[in-house]
Amino acid sequence: MWQRIYALVLRHVYLHKRSLARNMEIVFWPVMGLLVWGFFTKYIERVALPGAGAFFLGSLILWEVLYRSQQAISYSITEEFWVGNVINLFISPISTLEIGAATCVMGLLKSTVTTVFLMLMAFVFYGFDLFDAGLLLIPYYGCLLVFGWAVGLLTMGMIFRFGRGAEALIWGVPFLLEPLSAVFYPADVLPRWLWWVSMCLPSTHVFEGMRAALAGKDAGPWDLPMAFLLNVPWLAAGGLYFSRMLARAREIGNLARQVVD
Amino acid sequence: MKFPTTVVKTRELGKTFDNIKAVYGLTFNLVQGEILGLLGPNGAGKTTTIQLLLGLTTYDAGEVSILGMDPTRQRREVLSRVNFSSAYTSMPTNLTVWENLNVFSLLYGVKNRKKKIEEVLERLKITEARHKVTGMLSSGQLTRLNLCKALLNDPEVLFLDEPTASLDPDIADVVRQTLQGLRRERGMAMLYTSHNMYEVEELCDRVIFLHHGHEVARGTPDEVKLAMNEKSLEGVFVRIARGGDVETAGNGDGRN
Repeated sequence: MWQRIYALVLRHVYLHKRSLARNMEIVFWPVMGLLVWGFFTKYIERVALPGAGAFFLGSLILWEVLYRSQQAISYSITEEFWVGNVINLFISPISTLEIGAATCVMGLLKSTVTTVFLMLMAFVFYGFDLFDAGLLLIPYYGCLLVFGWAVGLLTMGMIFRFGRGAEALIWGVPFLLEPLSAVFYPADVLPRWLWWVSMCLPSTHVFEGMRAALAGKDAGPWDLPMAFLLNVPWLAAGGLYFSRMLARAREIGNLARQVVD
Repeated sequence: MKFPTTVVKTRELGKTFDNIKAVYGLTFNLVQGEILGLLGPNGAGKTTTIQLLLGLTTYDAGEVSILGMDPTRQRREVLSRVNFSSAYTSMPTNLTVWENLNVFSLLYGVKNRKKKIEEVLERLKITEARHKVTGMLSSGQLTRLNLCKALLNDPEVLFLDEPTASLDPDIADVVRQTLQGLRRERGMAMLYTSHNMYEVEELCDRVIFLHHGHEVARGTPDEVKLAMNEKSLEGVFVRIARGGDVETAGNGDGRN
């Protein structure tokens, strides 16, 4: 089992060793985003909102954890479709669980690299240390990573079910979650019905908790447990949906057709 | 008298997509050391049949047994003992030949990977390309790389979907010689699709012609030619492709 998971991870490590485009996706774009919004935040701090920088930069970095984790999972399978390797992969003795696990490892590696880079850049350019939020950062990071896995598995399931036309969802789904997760503002600014929706997302509880921690207040006692608890059904739903849609793709011929057609 | 082991057995195999029968009523046995040609015009159901056997697409009628196992229930065991190569699949283009084979040898749990990779590269005569990026390979080299991948796990059954399409005659000959050698040395069984009827006559012990998803002729190449009153398999192919209502010909009743 571990050897097959290692094989899939190694396949992506080889890819990153040689592909500038793939490395830009985990380092260059996030860093550029941080620089633009970081300087903009400095300006906003100067003219209107002193102290806002920490909230904004902290949220920006943590959002990348979720976003890159989801992207890494979705890309790892889409990449196989792009290069016509899907059939070779799925006729090898690898199981659905192993494919899922390998893509999650990719999500962990990519989002960790991105986060470390962003934290360094934020420290160098803005003197911002995300660890000011304390050691809570680590479990919060874990929660976002796992939620990214869940969303990534859901996205992959949609690609298997609806074919490559659904690839736009790789980028679209996180943008749907971003406003609902209250990344840059407290959840209570949302209309009441959206607030209820946002409370169902582990990410909302992470960002709420992080904002409190960065402000030097105690995080709500339920933020971290809620984030953990909510991840359980989300991850189960993601895994189940991925597995069901893969089975459905085999049934309707999508798995083979996407390359052979 | 010892009978050769049946390695692939299908009974009334069928698959329907949106009320269109892609394959139906397909029954055949493939025995150890045999090369069976699955032939027919585009859309006849050859590739779909291979996909059904490999579990890429699930069948909705009939039964399949591969190496004595049910491939839907014992997927991993079956897939670790068979392999597939097609001119229409590729491999990660940013990886070198060696890297790609290393990844697949890990996936198949190949022991002594380095030695095995060198051995298959040598057999398919692409050792010199081992450090080339796959995207830079010629189509002939890419086809041979696909075959190298397919040989990594020493499969007992090899599914080949037009493996020599787009190859020049010289490389196509290398591929055919390799397949013949594998059959001789290891008794490897092969299910083979091709549009090159001369190649089929050279390689295949038996052929099954499909048209619109069902069998229309079966037997040795000579038996099929005789039954259809044609001088060549090419003639049989053209006749089947142009006449949709061909009666089942050859020794179809044997169902071997």
